[in-house]
Amino acid sequence: MRWRRKARGPRAPKSLRRSFVTPEGVDLRLELASAGTRASAFILDMLILLISLILATVAIGLLGIAKARGELFMVLWLIGGFVLRNGWFILFEMGGRGATPGKRLLGLRVVARDGGRLTGGAVIARNALREIEVFLPLSFLAMQAAQDMADGFLTIFALAWTGIFLFFPLFNRDRLRVGDLLAGTWVVNNVRAKLGADLVAARAEQPRRIFTDAALDLYGIYELQTLENVLRAGQEEAIVTVAATIRRKAGLPDDGDDYAFLSDYYAALCARLERGMLVGRRREDKYTATARR
Amino acid sequence: MSALVEGAAAPLVNASRFRAAHEAEWDRLDQLVTRIEKRSVRALSEDDILALPLLYRSALSSLSVARETSLDRALVTYLEQLCTRAYFQLYGVPDTALRQLGGFLARDWPSAVRSLWRETLACLILTIAGAVAGWWLVATDPSWYYSIIPDAMASGRDPAASVETLRATIYGKQEGGALATFAAYLFTHNSQVAIFAFALGFAFTVPTVLLLVYNGLTLGAMLCLFAQKGLGLNFLGWLTIHGSTEMFAIILAGAAGMKIGTAVAFPGREARTEAAVLAGRKAAVAMAGVVLMLMVAGLLEGIGRQTVQADAMRYGIGLAALAGWLAYYYLPRRREGQDALAA
Repeated sequence: MRWRRKARGPRAPKSLRRSFVTPEGVDLRLELASAGTRASAFILDMLILLISLILATVAIGLLGIAKARGELFMVLWLIGGFVLRNGWFILFEMGGRGATPGKRLLGLRVVARDGGRLTGGAVIARNALREIEVFLPLSFLAMQAAQDMADGFLTIFALAWTGIFLFFPLFNRDRLRVGDLLAGTWVVNNVRAKLGADLVAARAEQPRRIFTDAALDLYGIYELQTLENVLRAGQEEAIVTVAATIRRKAGLPDDGDDYAFLSDYYAALCARLERGMLVGRRREDKYTATARR
Repeated sequence: MSALVEGAAAPLVNASRFRAAHEAEWDRLDQLVTRIEKRSVRALSEDDILALPLLYRSALSSLSVARETSLDRALVTYLEQLCTRAYFQLYGVPDTALRQLGGFLARDWPSAVRSLWRETLACLILTIAGAVAGWWLVATDPSWYYSIIPDAMASGRDPAASVETLRATIYGKQEGGALATFAAYLFTHNSQVAIFAFALGFAFTVPTVLLLVYNGLTLGAMLCLFAQKGLGLNFLGWLTIHGSTEMFAIILAGAAGMKIGTAVAFPGREARTEAAVLAGRKAAVAMAGVVLMLMVAGLLEGIGRQTVQADAMRYGIGLAALAGWLAYYYLPRRREGQDALAA
């Protein structure tokens, strides 16, 4: 990653996919977490932290009063608060999952940008920098509220300065926090997905529709995969609209069963495009000329 | 023409064949990875562990094949996610906690601190300069003392106080005997400030430098105040018992902050981000050490200083601690790299 992008040349499309080649030579195309998801994960973590801190405080307070051994509990509270504030993120991210509970809930994971092991140093670096990213603006705000300061200019300056760190992820395309930048890490989506059903095999036993070449020549890969999304999502409205469009373009009569019609059309189109790919004719979308002509 | 045809051969798409041939393998890999994610590697049997890399490679090759030959997007997405999860379980997992701790104590901590020697020296000089300035300011005009040291911190130790009051602050017993609480408070507070100073280093080290100089100023001002009342050596003993460790830790935290700030500002031969990463990881390890040092300092200050009242003992403990730290960090030792090269 460079700090300054070249002024000339085509702009890369805005995407959070990053090429990442494994030692085996396969590009995994990692998907970075969006700024919104990461903010939500952080808020979740802070909520859990605050709630556990409050519960612990109440528990220790009650125990301390009941047993009259205030000192021990006071020490516990001080150390516990420190460990919670600083250790929560560090200890969880140093574990095998590379994620705090908040990140796990949202399917995120911290990984080293070079694909290597996530070292303790990296995790400490990315979380120690949180001091200036979050707690510095917060403490400025708190100070402001407490003192009702007269110097408006100083306040604006302080807020702008701390805001740079807080909103840093929005200013670079890899969504790196200041901490990520220094630690050489980034946060990727790491969700567990189920393998979707095989759309073609699902209808193998039933009677099928046969389509002419002209009807199948209408679309390319992009449209095929859009159709796949429509079929998997299974929204009634979308299916009716898409089926009507295809029938109109191909000049086919309406036979009343939209879903079956689309499934058959999908299977036939998929088989046809894949046959083309095997002999080196890849048709990206409907605007690409058919190789046949 | 789209008449329904009974029993016509289903069109064969690559994805169907491919799924039929490999789905069992993917499923097994998915199960193994899920088990590791949910629990740990130890939840796997020996057979599973042996199978894991093979399954991973075969899933990777499935992914490559699927990308080239199949138009089933769900299949490609599934394989991408499966391979990514497996990759991070195979390549990206950190060491066990115990081994990390061992490596940290034996190697990483001292070597990280050693690598900061230039910045450490600069921070030491800044602190001393601050102390000299503080001393000089208060010596020329005692009213400076009030500007340098806030009332809360002075707590009665100001130029107007009598010798007896000042002596009491050095040798007095902590009221209520809450020594452990005091120690814990000192540790958490100082550590938080140290981490803050480190993080501030990212802003091109300016705030870190200011913090260090100010720290030196307060030190110099206090020293001057006590020296003027003839209590200089006693005060120094009161300070040395924990201060040798605490000041060293603060200087190291400043040095770590300075390291990342200068790496970002002056990356040298590396690309800017690479320089930042190299400096950041090293400095963070040193910071973990700083927190441990501050824990020791907190114990010495909160408990040791209150129970040890003799000046000689205070000096002895403080200087011994300093010598210990210096030996731990800077004594030459066999490097790991040399063994690797010799082999």
